Amino acid sequence: MQQETTDSRLGRQHLADRVFQTATMASAGLVFIVLVGIIVSLFVGGWQALTTFGPKFLYTDAWNPVTEKFGALVPIYGTLASSLLALIIAVPISFGIALFLTEIAPHSLRRPIGTAIELLAAIPSIIYGMWGLFVFAPILSSHVEPWLQSTFGNLPVFSILFQGAPLGIGMLPAGIILGIMIIPFITAIMRDVFETTPKFLKESAYAVGSTHWEVVWNVVLPYTRVGAVGGIFLGLGRALGETMAVTFVIGNTHRLSLSLFEPGNSIASTLANEFTEAVGDMHTSSLIALGLVLFLITFIVLALAKFLLLSLESREGTKT
Amino acid sequence: MHSFNKRIKRTVMAGAAALSLITGLAHADTAINGAGATFPYPIYAKWAEAYKTKTGLSMNYQSIGSGGGIKQITAKTVEFGASDAPLSVEKLSEIGLMQFPMVMGGVVPVINLKGVKPGEMKLTGSVLADIYLGKISTWNDAAIAKLNPQVKLPNEKITVVSRSDGSGTTFIFTHYLSQVSTEFKDKVGNNTSVSWPAGVSGKGNEGVASYVMRLNGSIGYVEYAYALQNKMTYAQMQNKAGHFVKPDSETFQAAAAGADWKGTPGFNLMLTNQPGAKSWPITGATFILVYKKQEKPEVAKEVLKFFDWSYHHGSQMAESLDYVPMPASVTKLVEETWKNEVKDTKGNAIWTDAMVQK
Repeated sequence: MQQETTDSRLGRQHLADRVFQTATMASAGLVFIVLVGIIVSLFVGGWQALTTFGPKFLYTDAWNPVTEKFGALVPIYGTLASSLLALIIAVPISFGIALFLTEIAPHSLRRPIGTAIELLAAIPSIIYGMWGLFVFAPILSSHVEPWLQSTFGNLPVFSILFQGAPLGIGMLPAGIILGIMIIPFITAIMRDVFETTPKFLKESAYAVGSTHWEVVWNVVLPYTRVGAVGGIFLGLGRALGETMAVTFVIGNTHRLSLSLFEPGNSIASTLANEFTEAVGDMHTSSLIALGLVLFLITFIVLALAKFLLLSLESREGTKT
Repeated sequence: MHSFNKRIKRTVMAGAAALSLITGLAHADTAINGAGATFPYPIYAKWAEAYKTKTGLSMNYQSIGSGGGIKQITAKTVEFGASDAPLSVEKLSEIGLMQFPMVMGGVVPVINLKGVKPGEMKLTGSVLADIYLGKISTWNDAAIAKLNPQVKLPNEKITVVSRSDGSGTTFIFTHYLSQVSTEFKDKVGNNTSVSWPAGVSGKGNEGVASYVMRLNGSIGYVEYAYALQNKMTYAQMQNKAGHFVKPDSETFQAAAAGADWKGTPGFNLMLTNQPGAKSWPITGATFILVYKKQEKPEVAKEVLKFFDWSYHHGSQMAESLDYVPMPASVTKLVEETWKNEVKDTKGNAIWTDAMVQK
């Protein structure tokens, strides 16, 4: 009697195990199916544009639904430039905040500031866009951009970046808004990885008379660089794909300009703007091809990040 | 490995079965489904609500954009599509569709210039085209000054604002500019989205409206309702007859009155630059698309009944939302066309004169 119950229970548990195993395996398999499915459907959808325009699709700047001539240079440039601007702004600030929170801030302040930064990450991107257009852009156009223009507008080479009317709508506001949006992500990860540094390492450094900066730069950062770089790339990944906030302030025009004041376009906002009303087959196909390009850019960025992390890891332990 | 594959297969099939169960349930209730243009969405929603209280039949309309509407009706996932731009006769017959105009609206140029009051600024079609081409770039340009001797024009740069998303509003606006300026027609052309040579672009009517309200010295174009609701500074336009007119329902209706719907195959007619002393030159209708050959005649009958009811009982609702109802002569013509063109699979007419809901 006793024997039987144990047996049936064992059998039941064995079955439950197998069901559980299958379920988890199916979930994991689903990721691959979805990934491959997306790539295939992007290829199929964008095939008409890719075969018609060939590699020219990537480096021409015409985007004309009337004549059905499409080239993705402007949105590609806009995506990369706005994300680069965002990183230039966000990385030093995030590093500073993380450093302050882990090393300098009194303990009573760490929690509230840390929570406030995490809350920033919870704000929906459309709120950033509206804030950017209605609050930030007017300040930018009446104070910041004229000042930039009068200060740097006459320098050789640099002056190219500050041409055009200071509208408060264009590449610069898009980059700044994106920068603000990715600060909480980078900060949160940097703070968490900085905290993993063993106390005795830091204490030893302080004991031999290092300053805060020396401790962070020579002890904490080398110990945590993999995580820190990972955080930066997570932020970059988010900046590349951001749609609504960028659409509000980038100006949405398909004209190539190096000036930070001129309106431009990003891949994600082009898709958001034009996909619903794209009537022509070639227009739709070009938009899907554009989606494929964004997919590839994100993929390359993540692959580079992984590569960077691997090469950093392999150098670990050797004398630098 | 083999058993693993089998297991995956089983799981996928179970998932598919569950999904089909859910979608099957969603289709079970009686409703007519449509999708398309965003411009008429507020009035379609209002009509649907009133119609539901009266008949109990609900109409679901997804405002996903004209392009999306055409795609959905082509894929037969909805009973009717809606488009702000009329389809060409060739395109209609290629898919097997018929179209009819449902309601009208006007597109209005709006400006933001210090000291200029609504309706004070006067513009002609060619000046507006040159502004959008970037050829006229300051407000005190001689061409604008000549039209507005009484307005004090500053030496300020014009910031041109356009729609970034594809839209029927842009289609009507560029259709008008292409008619009055050959240079605009050659360089930019007429479409739901075009490659603008100057300025910035905002998403949606609200995007253009907020850009214009924010940027000093800017000019944009929005649907009449947006200009009215946001109390924006609209401009007067010179019409084909040479008169300067203000945008309101009277001038929109004047534009519609002279239109030759009867002589236009497939109702493929734009109302821009119409003759008539009072016609607002940038007027357009929005269209409904249905299949000529209906596989489900019962549903098609309900769809036509809904639109017929809206023609006869929805005018006041349309006016309250700043749309312009179709004149009776046009709705009669549409009903005639339904009778002649919309058939079931056996070739019998679905619409009869007795179904008109006067």
